[in-house]
Amino acid sequence: MTISESSHGRASTVYKPPHNRTTLRKTVIACGLLSGTLLLVVVLMSLVGSEPLPAGASLCALLSFGRSQCTLTSDQFAILFQIRLPRILLAAAVGGSLATAGASYQALLRNPLAEPYLLGISNGAAVGTMVALVFFGASEWSRPLLAFVGALVATLAVYRLARGRAGATPERLVLAGVIVTTFLSSVIVFVTTLMDATRIRSFTFWLLGDLSGTSKNLLPVAIAIAFVGTVVLTANARSLNLLMLGERDAFDLGVEVGRVRIVVFVVASLLVGSSVAASGSVGYVGLVVPHLARLSLGSDNRLSIPAAALGGSLFVIVADTVARTLIAPRELPVGAITALIGAPLFIYLLKRT
Amino acid sequence: MLEARDLTIKYGERVAVANVSLTLMPGQISAIIGPNGAGKSTFLQALNGQLEPTSGVVLLDGQPLEKLNRRTIGRRIAVVAQEAELRFPITVLEFVLGGRFAWAASASWGWETERDIEVANTVLHETELSELSGRLMNELSGGERQRAVLARALATEAIILLLDEPTANLDLSHQSTLLALVRGRCDIYGASALVVTHDINLAAQFADNVLLMKDGHTISSGRPEEVLTPGLLRDVFEVIVLVDAHPITGVPRVTTVHETHRQV
Repeated sequence: MTISESSHGRASTVYKPPHNRTTLRKTVIACGLLSGTLLLVVVLMSLVGSEPLPAGASLCALLSFGRSQCTLTSDQFAILFQIRLPRILLAAAVGGSLATAGASYQALLRNPLAEPYLLGISNGAAVGTMVALVFFGASEWSRPLLAFVGALVATLAVYRLARGRAGATPERLVLAGVIVTTFLSSVIVFVTTLMDATRIRSFTFWLLGDLSGTSKNLLPVAIAIAFVGTVVLTANARSLNLLMLGERDAFDLGVEVGRVRIVVFVVASLLVGSSVAASGSVGYVGLVVPHLARLSLGSDNRLSIPAAALGGSLFVIVADTVARTLIAPRELPVGAITALIGAPLFIYLLKRT
Repeated sequence: MLEARDLTIKYGERVAVANVSLTLMPGQISAIIGPNGAGKSTFLQALNGQLEPTSGVVLLDGQPLEKLNRRTIGRRIAVVAQEAELRFPITVLEFVLGGRFAWAASASWGWETERDIEVANTVLHETELSELSGRLMNELSGGERQRAVLARALATEAIILLLDEPTANLDLSHQSTLLALVRGRCDIYGASALVVTHDINLAAQFADNVLLMKDGHTISSGRPEEVLTPGLLRDVFEVIVLVDAHPITGVPRVTTVHETHRQV
């Protein structure tokens, strides 16, 4: 090695940061690209199914927002607009909601493993939905409402159980999640036995995560909650950035810790409640998608929360397309697909970090 | 100016801090010393509202702390705690920019301004971390992390600095750099600092006032040479100490005298 080389050698060893500092520009570009991809996937996946639709005519009908039938037969038109599109939009709402809730719980609780499904919050929402079905079967609106209540109660239970004298450690949190999950599972089994035999099968299917039973009235609610919830949680993202480093530090630096905690608990419970009421417990979305978002875009919640929302929508749309085409005309529960994709990916992520 | 009047803090029945008063004057460094469990850190936590006192009041520029919102307090009081929790990857620059939160136009949304970046780069330079600004926090050594925690506190531009064992992980050279930085903030900007420390000689060297605590009570407070006397230190720490004058600075110098030495 010559002297001139050694004096310049340092330049090649200068550490390159894994992520540039997250700026508004970077956030807008990343979210713009993800939104474009999401739009493309919505269109593409609406063409795929047990009944193939002609691409050109379907595209023409979609671009006219359903005002023109183009050259589709009325059956094909009905499949596209009455069945497939609502289901895809619901998948987007559910995926976005669960991923946003997961990302926010992870930041607030300083635990990369916090996830609605693993903490028992999805189960709380499922119990709420079941209570609504059994006791207020006629009222469709009682389902997301009681699911929200169930999710919130489960959230508070996990939080209280996890909070020891020294605050909530990640290990305690996961343990508390296990306890709440198993307790609520037995409640679910108990309520299931109260049902008549014909409903049990569709019920078990729904529990595993099932998007086929889209309700016309609840779809716009689920979409609105997913959108507003993501906006509200993103608005608290800068506080969550500091909360990721500890509640004490965040408090010292000026974060209203108590207020942010309540906002996250309530909004995330709404998100989980509305998705579970619509589609049962779709697991792993809130775990895998935020992980991927942070891994590729950095830990800044101002970017990782909206990116997780869009990524979650993409993930569940694709998973549900697989669920309804793999063994068509029969269907798989989408929750089984997300777990099949999610669990190995999670192990891979764990090994990498 | 920060003033604590007759603070008492109880954990259930146990009294952690009993009737302790302290005023942090502009331009001065105060130190709290005392054995483990004396209530030093508990007292420090009450000074920015982290802990609510059972009785007594903390006044920030004459206003009770609980009347002010967190962001107002965050702009005036900065805390250097012992160690940050790092469960998510974050770069040193991002970490230090956290100190600018209280200055954002609102508590929600908000991106760092040019000025925020400028302040962050200045404090990174002051704490000798400029070279490491793009590194991940959990790749740093304990001492480098401790400096990053100080840098973040300085980035708040707060006029009151509360430091809990700030030199614990630092080597001799970085200990004096840190205290010189704090001294500079006091001399140039009229800041006031409170340092909780186990290092009595460091307190003697840098502090204008020393508060000696034991079992939650104030044993003595005043200038270092008034507080750091062999009698008081023996009563509080239950060891025999030798106190002499530092040959160069003249401040009290404290060394322990072990049983074995006394027999020689």
